[in-house]
Amino acid sequence: MHEIGIASSILDAVRHESDLRQGARVVKVGLRVGELAAVDPESLRFCFGALVTGTDLEPLTLDLEFHPRRNRCRRCGELFRVSEFPVTCPRCQSAETEFAGGDELEFAYMEIEET
Amino acid sequence: MNRIPMERKVLSENDRIAAELRDTYERNGTLCVNFISAPGSGKTALLERTLAGYDPGRRVAVLSGDIQTDNDARRLARYGFPVRQIATGGTCHLDARMVQSALEGWPLESLDILFVENVGNLVCPTSYDLGERARVVVLSVTEGEDKPLKYPATFYRADLMVLNKIDLLPYVPFDATLAHENARRVNPRIEIVNLSCTTGEGFHEWDRWLEAQRAPTVAVG
Repeated sequence: MHEIGIASSILDAVRHESDLRQGARVVKVGLRVGELAAVDPESLRFCFGALVTGTDLEPLTLDLEFHPRRNRCRRCGELFRVSEFPVTCPRCQSAETEFAGGDELEFAYMEIEET
Repeated sequence: MNRIPMERKVLSENDRIAAELRDTYERNGTLCVNFISAPGSGKTALLERTLAGYDPGRRVAVLSGDIQTDNDARRLARYGFPVRQIATGGTCHLDARMVQSALEGWPLESLDILFVENVGNLVCPTSYDLGERARVVVLSVTEGEDKPLKYPATFYRADLMVLNKIDLLPYVPFDATLAHENARRVNPRIEIVNLSCTTGEGFHEWDRWLEAQRAPTVAVG
């Protein structure tokens, strides 16, 4: 539901980046979206498209990288994807694991084209 | 074509304002608590009963967010403390800028506690830092025990889960132990208080938790 606000924040950043570079435009923006980011990728794509269509930002595409929830084992150091609860290390079966990522909502890159 | 790598959060503008708010709260010694829950879980009732238990001189205020109406603000204003409504006009969450505008002209230095009641929604408010020191998620026993598993992002980011409406436990097939387990599976650090805004059960623990947030102490050892 809040994806329109997020799409709007993405476009603010794209405009800012374009303003910094005279004679260049952003044609693609890459985002890292974690499983815990509370963002629905389909909804975000839809909102993004709706805000870009018919504006000077066209053509601009959105590339979403999905980042699953990960934990790290405190005993053996294994980094693994959390897919079920309770969480145990798939390598050593320890239950002592800690959060190691999956709440990303950040820019990965922007692709710039000289005009 | 030139690809520029970036390391920046999408909501960095929100986070920037939230950091300003956090600074302001810390400077003034104001504890800000952000309440998140599904519609109808009892955020307003929890605040009503909390305010009703305070002495009139208590330095506390409430910001209440809803999509439409000032019903909650009017309910909460009956207790004599300053209350402001944020009507988001369709937006499904509060963001830091809305809170900042709503606080304009409010003397934060005269507040020990600021309660921020978010829009009833278990998804969208999660991503928006409001500068709060503590985040409370309210779950009620008329919902499902598996809500923490269904909305892990929200429960993962909460400091406390209030399990509300426990006076209804004899009448509903809700397994409170399972709800606790589910919350801790998603967030092993989460604290939990069971309470009823109707009977007042659990409010002692709730008040104690709030007091502990006001004076955060460095863990020993």
